Amino acid sequence: MDENIIVSLKDIVVDFDGQKVLDGLSLDIHDKEFVTFLGPSGCGKTTTLRVIAGFITPKSGNVFFDGKDIADLPPYKRPVNTVFQKYALFPHLNVFENVAFGLRLKKMPEEEIRPKVLEMLEIVGLKGFERRSIHQLSGGQQQRVAIARSLVNQPRVLLLDEPLGALDLKLRKEMQLELKRLQREMNITFVYVTHDQEEALTMSDTVVVMSGGNIQQIGSPQDIYNEPRNAFVARFIGDSNIVDGVMIKDFLVNFGGHDFTCVDRGFKSNEPVQVVIRPEDVQIVPPSIGMLTGLVREVIFKGVHFEMHVDVEGYEWLIHSTQASQPGELIGMNIGPDEIHIMARTEV
Amino acid sequence: MNKKQSVILQRTYIILIFCFMYLPIAVMIAFSFNESKSRSNFTGFTLDWYKSLFHNEMILSALGLSLVLALVSSVLATVLGTLATIGINSMSRRTQLIVNNISYVPVVNPEIITGVSLMLLFVMAQNFGLGGDGGLFGWPTLIIAHITFNVPYVIFNVGPKLRQLDPSLYNAALDLGCTPRQAFFKVILPQLSPAILSAFLICLTYSIDDFMISYFNSGTMQTLPIAIYSMTRKKVSPEINALSAVMFCVILAIILISNAADSRAYRKNQTAIRKAMQEEGER
Amino acid sequence: MLKSKTSRWLAGPYLVWMAAFIVVPLFIVIWYAMTNSDGQFTLDNLTQIGRYSSVFARSLILAAVSTVICLVLAFPVGYFLSRLRANKQHIMLMLVMLPMWMNFLLRTYAWMTLLEKNGLINKFFGLFGIGPFNMINTSGAVVLGMVYNYLPFMILPIYTAMTKIDDSIIEAAQDLGCNVWQILWRVLVPLTGPGIATGITQVFVPSVSTFIISRMLGGGSNLLIGDLIELQFLGNSYNLNLGSAMSLVLMVIVLLCMSFTSSFDESEMEGVM
Repeated sequence: MDENIIVSLKDIVVDFDGQKVLDGLSLDIHDKEFVTFLGPSGCGKTTTLRVIAGFITPKSGNVFFDGKDIADLPPYKRPVNTVFQKYALFPHLNVFENVAFGLRLKKMPEEEIRPKVLEMLEIVGLKGFERRSIHQLSGGQQQRVAIARSLVNQPRVLLLDEPLGALDLKLRKEMQLELKRLQREMNITFVYVTHDQEEALTMSDTVVVMSGGNIQQIGSPQDIYNEPRNAFVARFIGDSNIVDGVMIKDFLVNFGGHDFTCVDRGFKSNEPVQVVIRPEDVQIVPPSIGMLTGLVREVIFKGVHFEMHVDVEGYEWLIHSTQASQPGELIGMNIGPDEIHIMARTEV
Repeated sequence: MNKKQSVILQRTYIILIFCFMYLPIAVMIAFSFNESKSRSNFTGFTLDWYKSLFHNEMILSALGLSLVLALVSSVLATVLGTLATIGINSMSRRTQLIVNNISYVPVVNPEIITGVSLMLLFVMAQNFGLGGDGGLFGWPTLIIAHITFNVPYVIFNVGPKLRQLDPSLYNAALDLGCTPRQAFFKVILPQLSPAILSAFLICLTYSIDDFMISYFNSGTMQTLPIAIYSMTRKKVSPEINALSAVMFCVILAIILISNAADSRAYRKNQTAIRKAMQEEGER
Repeated sequence: MLKSKTSRWLAGPYLVWMAAFIVVPLFIVIWYAMTNSDGQFTLDNLTQIGRYSSVFARSLILAAVSTVICLVLAFPVGYFLSRLRANKQHIMLMLVMLPMWMNFLLRTYAWMTLLEKNGLINKFFGLFGIGPFNMINTSGAVVLGMVYNYLPFMILPIYTAMTKIDDSIIEAAQDLGCNVWQILWRVLVPLTGPGIATGITQVFVPSVSTFIISRMLGGGSNLLIGDLIELQFLGNSYNLNLGSAMSLVLMVIVLLCMSFTSSFDESEMEGVM
């Protein structure tokens, strides 16, 4: 077994009232990594987190921590801490007491608690706030208290359940960077749950894309984006064009009535496949030299680029380009071999 | 009708209604200082009625009994009701509905029905020999009756608060190292304590104020309302006026104090929230 | 989660209590109503009640009249209060509730002295050379006592319902051509329906079952159901079986009243608490 693995889930099954929420999920989380569970609501990402935290006892399967099975360990004995979706700060305690809560339970002497709490508050940028009541904090400040309250216990793994969901966009961006910085500084594992693919791609070392109680793909943000393993991942991560094609042979695929060289191999000859092309990877050229030709239906200015909806033999393609074409214009389209990604055909 | 006229009309109406509500009380208080026993002629100022009120053995012992009864039954009702609320909350929806509906019975039933039905129960128990020669009626029946009509108020006060509680608070406590028992005492109970306290105060007031149910279950004992009732049966007793005045002042004082405390806490909170918003804007 | 199986046991003591002191007593009432003093089954108690039909009718009429008067008086109060500024509303609400905290025997006693033949009100009329009127010990005095005691129970739920009506809704009604009466009937009354229903229950139920108000203000000539019941349990005509039968009938009346008003709104009880 890999030395570096801190949390390991094996064949986890969770069902609520007979409905399978996690269906035999297995996953290894490496130490000191920023791991994100990404997926639409109901995909089981929060459930997975709660299994690790110990709030949910799986119907079957094992949870290993440092190689030890902790399935029977109640939440309060696990070396992990959670930052909850709506913070779950204790309203009857002030900022200092909220942060000190875990240390007090460990019967740490008062003279050790105080410097620890103050240091942690400083790290999260709340120096001088220790006597405030929870009601007197803004959403962002409450978020920071929640993080401090967890981190002060020096957990090996910090679990974060959509912690930025309640914040507005600007604050969310700020907190994303801050969380990343905290993870580096504390040098511990963060397991982060979100449905926001942009958030996942910006912050993570490893992204776990989930759907229907199963893992769809595990990989670095680049892998997930550039090499989606199936149509679900491709659709969920960013915009993409997914068209049906046929693999002629290794490194050659046919779609849209044209043969394209590509970098994929290992498919059967003439196997039906799905081809993923990101909108920004389509090059617009004069129709005469284009591999494909399409009719521009709609052009929308998006600031950095134009978003064009182009009709190619009955498929609507999405193209991002810095130059605008006119609606009704016939354009040529080229796609480089590196930009073509082939997946086995699946029904979604 | 223009706007100004309608405002005047509204004010006049409200003032008339308040006159209707307060004039009788005001007249009583005024006549509590009346020298003669007349209830229509003010013949001169005196504090004698207050003096004799505070020396009225019957009133004083009834007041004492009412206070002890209210305290004991409210404490017991609050404990019983709080435990029940937590228990009910973890039952299935169907059971919850049944239990809540039965708990509503003493709230919506006419008080006289609650009173006589309990009396019948105690009469029956007495017929079976409970309570011995002295009979059952007295302290035990009064305390049982008061707990019975008070517990539902605890359940309906604490229940909503418990349901509103963010379930992750409990999880957060476990996550930070609390055992389930610690989580309950350190986190859940402090969250519920304002609701429990207000339920307790409601019980106290209902208990002190109750006449109907006590009347049927007190035996020969006299709670304050029962003593008042027996005083109103006598022809003229200006001590009642004095008692009304005292009670009115006590109630007014309690309301004003609790109000002032509330609004001070509220203002303090609002200022702090504004400050927090500003700081966030500056960052 | 908090919802563990063990925490269910915490409700145990209350469930026992509830069964013993809420459910069982009601069945005892039914049992007494259906038996004679020897414990034999009989319907005599229930059929005897027919002899008191005039008392039942009086109770229902006086309670209904009081409820209507309370509604008419309280509706404008609820509306006007709800349109005041928030801090003023708070004070006014306190003023509405304050008399409720006074023991209702004392409040009723106040009217007893006011309504007397040589009480203050007759004295006031005397200044204008009219009267004295015979006011105490009439059914009018009983209605007055009911209205006075239970008016806040009507004002509060109506006021609560009114506060949920935004000014812009009334303005929109005006904008669409409603006059004052149309606003009242087409907007305010339907929107405060649940509050009105709660108020009706809260005034009607204690009014129809009282015996204090009738005894203190109605003299001997205005017996109500409550008086009858009291007489059977603690009074001269001690007869627990007949009293139970009367209580049973009263419960049915209240139940009918409640099912009538609750048809306005299912969630009315939420507002009561």
